[in-house]
Parts: sequence; structure tokens; C-alpha cells
Amino acid sequence: MSERLGVMPAQTVGPYLHIGLRWPDGPYVVPEGTPGAFWIRGRIVDGTGTPVVDAMVESWQADPDGRFDHPDDPRGARPPVLAGFRGFGRSETDGQGWYRLLTVKPGALPDPEGGTEAPHLTLSVFGRGLLHRLVTRLYFPDEPAANAVDPVLRGVDADRRDTLLATPAADGFRFDIHLQGAHETVFFAV
Amino acid sequence: MTTQDTRAGGGLVLPRYRRDDVDAHPPLLSPGYRSTVARAPKHPLIHLPQRLTEITGPLLGEGRLGPLDHDLTRQHDGEPQGQRIMVHGRVRDGDGRPVPRTLVEIWQANAAGRYRDARDTWPAPLDPHFTGVGRALTDDQGRYRFITVQPGAYPWRNHDNAWRPAHIHFSLFGRAFTQRLVTQMYFPGDPLFFQDPIFNSVRDPKARERMIARYDHATTTPEWALAYEFDIVLRGRESTPFEDEDDDE
Repeated sequence: MSERLGVMPAQTVGPYLHIGLRWPDGPYVVPEGTPGAFWIRGRIVDGTGTPVVDAMVESWQADPDGRFDHPDDPRGARPPVLAGFRGFGRSETDGQGWYRLLTVKPGALPDPEGGTEAPHLTLSVFGRGLLHRLVTRLYFPDEPAANAVDPVLRGVDADRRDTLLATPAADGFRFDIHLQGAHETVFFAV
Repeated sequence: MTTQDTRAGGGLVLPRYRRDDVDAHPPLLSPGYRSTVARAPKHPLIHLPQRLTEITGPLLGEGRLGPLDHDLTRQHDGEPQGQRIMVHGRVRDGDGRPVPRTLVEIWQANAAGRYRDARDTWPAPLDPHFTGVGRALTDDQGRYRFITVQPGAYPWRNHDNAWRPAHIHFSLFGRAFTQRLVTQMYFPGDPLFFQDPIFNSVRDPKARERMIARYDHATTTPEWALAYEFDIVLRGRESTPFEDEDDDE
């Protein structure tokens, strides 16, 4: 057994995350003009219903074929077929608590336990007042059959599952993140 | 039990990262840090087995870096005010393996304790020669290096006479979504630790100590800059079924 080292603790990004973590191309998982691209927009709200203006959302997802350009994918790393696909998005919230990501729908994924994961994005939420990132997933409302058999969704209480489902919007989807409250978003320990 | 949960039904064998160490990280609800009260989720986190999306992650490389991104003292026409320092260290995983070619982002207040951000209204002077933002990529041994100035402490309104100890914000990707980490680096001997609820939100004193850089006299450069060493350990992996077959931990 190799040496085991203590991990570095997490700390909040604090109120000035914008200076350090803003990327001009952050929200663009795919470049503007990519065929099939849509916006995911949402608002982050706290337990008092107040929009969170000093937070940031990061997204990570497979490409439309369900592949990753990453050496640890046992199917092999595959550079994306879609030009400019980064798989990763980053958006700080604006003065009204909104974030936005331009992306395409990821493909379904084989689950190591034998099933299939429905198309999804995995999200990290950072912010002032969050001492460690929060992890959640975004699923698509137009994939009812795939969502019904998704192993992660099935592991969540039925009455909270809809907090992981985006809703249709004019130019894509809406996905609000409730840190607390009656509709508190499901957050995961990974 | 390491064999069963890594050997897959569909023939997919995924690396598994050790679960997030709840003792090392601060509890999300830490009422001494007042902003956590309305922002920490009330429901317990739900266990998410690591699948393909979690064991992969963005491998963002050189394309994001400019030539002076690691040197916060040379990003303007003139030099910033303050004590010039070098901050360097290694990024490794919990098993001591270097994390090579990974993006490290930092941001900080200037020498007077003021951030270059419109939201920072503390009336300490801004420095026209200091932005306070840096980026670097670790080398093949996981090493990174920044040149900057010692950040100042600054007041905030969390409690009476509240001051943040001097710190530098660090953001790291590692090689997988599971390893993503944002933390803060502190300086040795800071007299403000005792009253800082963010630093003290980490309950384990040994874990807290890891956030304090080490003054590094061997790397300090004569007549130029003091050096601090800040090693960062990200999550390690579970052993695979093919290693440590007898390890039944």
C-alpha cells in the first residue's frame, strides 16, 4: 500500500470569486453557432428566497455520443466529433443570481453496473457561504424513458427527483438551484 | 470490498476515488461563518456512486495560460507595492502520486488587503500595478510556482471586529471531477487565526495546519523574494482489484 496523505481541506471561494475565476469563454461548453446548441439558464436562491449573486456553477458532461476525451474512460479517450466541444462550462451568477451555459445534449452512458445512465450534466456549485462545493446533476425533461431507468435518479426519493429535472425554456432549458427551502435541490456526496 | 464495487457488470472497470473525507473538510453549516446559515443545504447529501461523469473531468491545458499568468508582479507596466513572495509547491493525490499538467488558479487581495473587485468597498488603496489573479499548470512532477506579493488582512462584517487572516485563494481541477477543489492558503504565525470562522470551520487541527504554507528559507532568493511552500493533496484512488488483492480495508 502506498503512502496515504491527508487531503487539503476545502474553503469557500468567498465574495470575490469573480476576479479569479471568471473566464470570458466560461459559459461556452460549445462555441456559439454550434448546430443543436441551446442555453441552460437558472437562478441560484438561498433559504430566504434571496438570489445568490456571488456564486458560480461549473458543468461537466459527455459529448453527444456519450464519450469523454479522457484517458480514464475505459472505452478509451475520444476527441469530440463536435468542433470546439469542451465538455466543461463555468458561469458565475449575475446581479440577479442567474447563471448560463451554452451546450448540447450529452449522449446516454453505459453504467458499470449494467444499466444505462440518462443524458445528464454534473454540476458543482461554489459560492460565498459555501465552505465546500455542492454537487448536483441536471437531467432533461424530454428524456422520460431514459430518466425512468437512470440509476442515480432512481436512488433519489420520488418527491425530490424533480429538483434534478430541467424545464423547457424558449432557447433551451431552465434549471434553478435551491440551496434550501421547500424545493431544496438534491445534492450529492461523491 | 474493493473488488466488487470496481469490477463492472458491463465490462467497464472504472477507477474509484476515495470518498470525500468528511473529517478533513469543513461542515457546510458552520454558524460561526454567518453566510452558511441560509446557504448550507438542510437535507443530508445523497451518496452518489462514481460513474463515468465523475471519474473523468476537464483536462485544461496550456491554451488557457498567458506567458505572465504565473507572475502577478509583472502583469502591469510597473511593480506592485508590497513584500514580493514566491509561492510554490507540489500537487499530489492522497497516495503521493504527482498530479501533472493540471490547472492551478489563484486570486488574492493586494498588499493593503483590497481586492480589485467592484464589490470590495473597503477603503484601502487599490494598486494600479496589481490585479491579483494568477494561473499556472503543474509540471510533470506536479510542481507549480507563482510570484506575487504578500496579501494584506482585511476587515469584514461577520462578527464584531472581524478580520480575515491574509490568504490566497486556490482553485484546482486535478484529473477527475471527483478531485475538484477550491481552498485558501494561509501564512504561518498569523495572529488572526483565532477569530476567523472560515479557517476554523475545519475542525481537525491537523487538517487545518495543511492550509498554512511553510516558510521556505532554502528557496528564498537573496535580495529578491521570500519563499513559501504550499503542497496540495487531492483525493487519492481506491486500490484497483488488481492491486492489493489482500488488502481488505
